[in-house]
Amino acid sequence: MSALLEIENVTLRFGGVTAVNGVSFSVEEGEVFALVGPNGAGKSTLFNLISRFYDPVEGDIRFAGESILSRQPHEIASLGIARTFQNIELFEHASVLQNLLVGRHRHRRGNLVTELLFTPFVRQEERRHREAVEKVIGFLDLQAYRDKTIAGLPYGVRKVVEMGRALAIEPRLLLLDEPASGLSVEETQDVAFWIEDIKKEMGITVLMVEHDMHLVSSVSDRVLALADGKMLALGTAHEVQSHPKVIEAYIGVSDANEKVVA
Amino acid sequence: MRTVFKTSYDADINLFRHRQQAAWYIALLVLAVVLPFLLGTFWLGEMTNVLIWAIAGMGLMVLVGQTGQASLGHAAFLAIGCYANVLLQDPVGLPFILSFPLAGLIAGVAGTLIAMPMSRLHGIYLGIGTLALAILTDDLIVIAEPITNGVVGLIPPTISLFGIDIDRYVTPDRFYWLVLVVAIAVILIYRNLLRTPLGRSFSAVRDSEVSARAMGVNVARTKAISFGISTAITGMAGALMGHFAGIFNNETFNLIISIQLLLMIVIGGLGTIHGAFFGAFVVALLPQAIAISRDIVGALLGGGSVAIPGLESAIFGVLLILFILFEPMGIYGRWFKIRTYFELFPFYRRDMFRRQKSYLKTERMR
Repeated sequence: MSALLEIENVTLRFGGVTAVNGVSFSVEEGEVFALVGPNGAGKSTLFNLISRFYDPVEGDIRFAGESILSRQPHEIASLGIARTFQNIELFEHASVLQNLLVGRHRHRRGNLVTELLFTPFVRQEERRHREAVEKVIGFLDLQAYRDKTIAGLPYGVRKVVEMGRALAIEPRLLLLDEPASGLSVEETQDVAFWIEDIKKEMGITVLMVEHDMHLVSSVSDRVLALADGKMLALGTAHEVQSHPKVIEAYIGVSDANEKVVA
Repeated sequence: MRTVFKTSYDADINLFRHRQQAAWYIALLVLAVVLPFLLGTFWLGEMTNVLIWAIAGMGLMVLVGQTGQASLGHAAFLAIGCYANVLLQDPVGLPFILSFPLAGLIAGVAGTLIAMPMSRLHGIYLGIGTLALAILTDDLIVIAEPITNGVVGLIPPTISLFGIDIDRYVTPDRFYWLVLVVAIAVILIYRNLLRTPLGRSFSAVRDSEVSARAMGVNVARTKAISFGISTAITGMAGALMGHFAGIFNNETFNLIISIQLLLMIVIGGLGTIHGAFFGAFVVALLPQAIAISRDIVGALLGGGSVAIPGLESAIFGVLLILFILFEPMGIYGRWFKIRTYFELFPFYRRDMFRRQKSYLKTERMR
């Protein structure tokens, strides 16, 4: 295994707040890597750094050995990094099918003129995109919602559509921002199965932020705990959960410890 | 109730959903083609006007309806297209077959260039920016008097296409057919846009810029392309408008036209080709409808017609308010509901099109 994504000593400040403070880790090709931590720990900020929505103050982010800091945000998808959003950022007025087809944007081979004239080549391309998208629809059981507009869909389905749209990119690395938040127990189990399949059958590396420790421990190979932008512990789900610093961040300090610190 | 069985992916790619739909549109096309034989000169002129407005409306619709960028300055591109077309014919000496597409191209390039700084603006700021553009164009036409003939205006020459003379007054039927051909070409291009990655990237930018970016869409470039396509179509509509008006100056494409164009596509129904046509019928025929009802009211009251200044704008404004309150999807939205009612009869439910709340918009990134 080799490192697919390397985060090296990354720091990001918003004014006086240090959202991410000297974080370093690497995600190996083919693993499921989870980021956990209380609210405001900097997990989603890390995602936005990888998506190039923010520029780090210090440090480097490398994907497949190359720094991505010189890339524009829209170039990230074509490198093979797909993502979902914590608060669902789907194209509200388009159908599920069209949303997934937007995910195929990086595989677009037509140009302005051929597309406006709809040449036979463009039709061929459309069929190809549709076939790829249908595979995702089949994988995520979205058949019933194919032609439905997003604006009318229940929350759980939207979550799945967003994951599908990221998969339609055919990425090497999939960033899932809280894939199970707001989902029922059954839906969360579905997500767990899908993540397993994404890793094993599609061979896609997964980096996810998740609060549901049950899901995290059932699917992830390694877990990194963050708090206040700093790294707390890195290891298997069990190791991280039982790490004293992690317990401290989540539950607070016991009196005995406090005295020691003081 | 109709169920469409799709047996291949082409069913979702083709222009028509099923044979009946194709048959309806072919019938409509036949009607449109034989219209000059059915209508008198006056009403044929009105229909030509409707088509020209519809072309301009489709131009703006690409930008506002598909890409979600409001423009209050599209009259500027009508003007650019109109002046370019006529000037390329008269001093330059190009035939209409070249000057017309070139006029569209010039308006499109102008739009793309203007989009580069403009597309950094959002919402109301973009509206104000484009508004400034409309005002500026008016002044520029006056300043560039040696070329544009300033406030005196220009008279477009008679169009000669493959040896056939086309004039709005002498041969209104030929002019109507010319406009019809352009309108159909624009509809086809628009439809192609909607079913390709380009059109999908437009709606991606409209609905969520941040996730469009994450999907690999270059947002600034997409906006510029959208501006370019939109203004190219609008420019061609402007060229036709010039030939239709018979004479035009800086006042022909004033601010009111920009606003009317925007209101037109809102009333017609944002985001649909049908909407541009429905809106065009309202905008182009409203003055006639007012004139006719004025005569009727005047006759009822005994004595001439009643003249109320500003009545047209007032009625237009009231229409807009009513639509935004009761049918935000415009005339097309209402028509779509009626069509669905009959298609699903008797299974239509009142709440079928009730708008859903979207979730968790509070923390959206821009």
